[in-house]
Amino acid sequence: MKLHELARVSGVERTLIGRVTRTPLADARARADAWLLVDDSVLPCDPRDYLGILAIGEPPHVENVPLAHGLRQLAYLDDGDVVAVDPFGNVRALYRRASQHNFILVTEQCNSLCLMCSQPPKAHDDSDRLVEHFRHIDLIDPATAELGITGGEPTLFRDGFLALIARCKERLPSTALHVLTNGRLFYYRRFAEKLGAIAHPDLVLGIPLYSDVDTLHDHIVQARGAFEETVLGLHHLDRYGVRIELRVVLHALTIPRLGRLAEFIARNLPFAAHVAFMGLEMVGLVHQHLDELWIDPADYQRELVDATSIIRNAGMSASVYNHQLCVLAPRLRPLARKSISDWKNVYLPQCNGCSTLGACGGFFQSGTKIRSRAIQALA
Amino acid sequence: MSGYRLLPFRFLRFDDARTLAVNEAGEFLFVAHDDFARFVRRELSPNTDVYLDLKAKHFLFDSDSAVPFELLATKIRTKKSFLGGFTSLHLFVVSLRCEHSCSYCQVSRVSSDRTRYDMSEETARRALDLVFRSPAPLLKIELQGGEPLLNFERVRQIIVDARERAERERRAIEFVVTTNLALLDDAMLAFFREYGVCLSTSLDGPAALHDANRPRPGNDSHARTLDGVRRAREALGPDRVAALMTTTRASLQMPEEIVDEYVRHGFTSIFLRPLSPYGFALRSARANGYTTREFLDFYVRALDRIIAINAAGTRLVESYAQLLLTRMLTPFATGYVDLQSPAGAGIGAVVYNYDGDVYASDEARMLAEMHDRRFLLGNAHRDRYETIFGGATLRTIVESSVAESILGCADCAFLPWCGADPVYHYATTGDLVPHVPTSAFHEKNFFLIRHLLSLLERDTTARDVFWSWLREEAVPLQAEVA
Ligand code: SF4
Ligand code: SF4
Repeated sequence: MKLHELARVSGVERTLIGRVTRTPLADARARADAWLLVDDSVLPCDPRDYLGILAIGEPPHVENVPLAHGLRQLAYLDDGDVVAVDPFGNVRALYRRASQHNFILVTEQCNSLCLMCSQPPKAHDDSDRLVEHFRHIDLIDPATAELGITGGEPTLFRDGFLALIARCKERLPSTALHVLTNGRLFYYRRFAEKLGAIAHPDLVLGIPLYSDVDTLHDHIVQARGAFEETVLGLHHLDRYGVRIELRVVLHALTIPRLGRLAEFIARNLPFAAHVAFMGLEMVGLVHQHLDELWIDPADYQRELVDATSIIRNAGMSASVYNHQLCVLAPRLRPLARKSISDWKNVYLPQCNGCSTLGACGGFFQSGTKIRSRAIQALA
Repeated sequence: MSGYRLLPFRFLRFDDARTLAVNEAGEFLFVAHDDFARFVRRELSPNTDVYLDLKAKHFLFDSDSAVPFELLATKIRTKKSFLGGFTSLHLFVVSLRCEHSCSYCQVSRVSSDRTRYDMSEETARRALDLVFRSPAPLLKIELQGGEPLLNFERVRQIIVDARERAERERRAIEFVVTTNLALLDDAMLAFFREYGVCLSTSLDGPAALHDANRPRPGNDSHARTLDGVRRAREALGPDRVAALMTTTRASLQMPEEIVDEYVRHGFTSIFLRPLSPYGFALRSARANGYTTREFLDFYVRALDRIIAINAAGTRLVESYAQLLLTRMLTPFATGYVDLQSPAGAGIGAVVYNYDGDVYASDEARMLAEMHDRRFLLGNAHRDRYETIFGGATLRTIVESSVAESILGCADCAFLPWCGADPVYHYATTGDLVPHVPTSAFHEKNFFLIRHLLSLLERDTTARDVFWSWLREEAVPLQAEVA
């Protein structure tokens, strides 16, 4: 499923963000925030006080109304979805009401450069995005169950990040927020304190920890001092009542000390509610570091069994992401969770007839080439 | 900085191959003797696994990072957090009378003289005034005897008053009644149900053993106890009734039978307790007594049986092992007053005797019944909270029970998991501080900790069972997939 498409535009002088509607709206204020989506040149109503027209087929002609037309990939858009259209014709679906996996990509900048980063950060200052994020939050359906906050490193905007969380609390009080951050900035106690003070009712920070020793963690995230910042940051977050989930990516550098890492977590970070063990995603920087990172998941099942047992014995929950079920040791399969995206998964010819096809996360489209030797349909 | 430096730790030659190293927060690591020697000479290469292990568990540091210090400080603070709340457990001896005449019973009286041995309404009120002066976030009130149900009016008064005061002051409160259940009737059960009271009773093992240990008119203690357990479970819920056992000389031969008796009657925990060296127990030592070594042999056999039962899928926790394991394997504190440093006598738990005398522990009260009032902290009628809980007697108890400063304990690898019990030490030797080489307290704890460590090391079934005791869930993880 594509989230972006280049359209032909007219009358769009700045980025316009609005809610999609296929049906005419009675409320004038709602119309001003709405992109009227039409399948052909026949208009269902007078479009003049709408934000603009999105056309899938032939463009209708209306004076003085912004128009984006020629959409094909985004024809799935529906009532309540949120799109942004810029003067160059970029149409981006920011939010799909039917999806379980909506997120706000706060920034593309990052203060780390993990060897296996799936979305390599960009250096340019994109803090002007914040305005767009606020509008985004204001437009999405308050009935949304969960919203992800990601990057890059979303905390880099500091007060801007805090303002985003506060805005979510105000506009989307019943939406669970899941923030993906490296946690380094919470080394600054005041920053953690301010986040705690927002008292968002349903907020979890997912924070990666890759080793029980600083040198290895710092190497994996390619940033000196990151281990110290993250670990002390975790303690600060706990002190101010912010819920934490730890994330461990499994690869050739993390596997040898995985059990020790689990012990470290159980002893030093027992307040973490959950530990997620993630398989390597074959996207982004991984390909540049494949020699250093690749290990066949079939070769680390014992380590993963031990580590998840240590975590669960310590009274925390453990789960396993991004793994094909047939590769996992049988006792790990109940811990497997489908990966967080709902469109990029594919299956292989070997999967034909597999009894767990429905439950298995399969493969990332980009990840079928380098894969475990153990793929095999399950009886 | 170049090279590395050592952080505080303790160690012990554990076996022929390995040294056990324990850090100040009680985390441990087995290290080959050679590596250990290199480690303390600061010759360990940073590229070795053992170096990284020692670093991650905070035995050494090699940079100016604040992490090892911050984390160690947090962990030590957490382990000592039982100190923060001050006295949480408050025991009331509502009657010294009992209709049992157990041979090992420390102090109770078979008597019908209510005025002489029962706690009065006024005394109970005064004691509750003291309870509510305690700053503890959670108050636990335990009503015991003698047999407390012989003075049920007082039980009711204390629970009703305490609940009302707790509600008024918005404080958390819990109640336990320690009883032989023989006198338990439906009205009492209805009351306990209404107030969420837990019951704790005694079950020494199979009928013959139990009844021999615990004579009462009719010789039916075992039958009455189990009948009481059944009725109490029905009325209060299965998890509201627990049992404790006391090991007598006759028990030593039948550890398996005792354990099986607990399983047969649906208990999920058992506490294998040795006789305490107080009161009548001392006098009857010839009939009941045994050496620490004999008790430990008994304990090991019973524990083996318990582990096998758990591995087969039935949860039965041994409470003392669970306590030690929590101290060894988790970052959390325990609130068991007889195994912490400083000891919990007075600052973790306190006893209000039927006559209003306040003692640092139940053992201290028993000692007083033997005419040694060394640990009398004061009296609820005569003394103020400040004199009782801030007086010289309690200060001496606390000062003498900091194991970190006790000769022998100070260098012991097991210290972070162990503690001190000044009342016990005094009762057995006349000195509040133990003489470690001859102390039965030391012999028992040193042996048990070592035994648990070797089980953790070599027996994966035992390890899995032990971890399951530290979790809420009922079964060991291994049993989950079977
Ligand atoms: S065979 Fe395919 S569908 Fe079945 S578990 Fe393996 S990867 Fe998943
Ligand atoms: S009593 Fe014994 S085992 Fe316990 S700390 Fe002292 S010396 Fe060690």
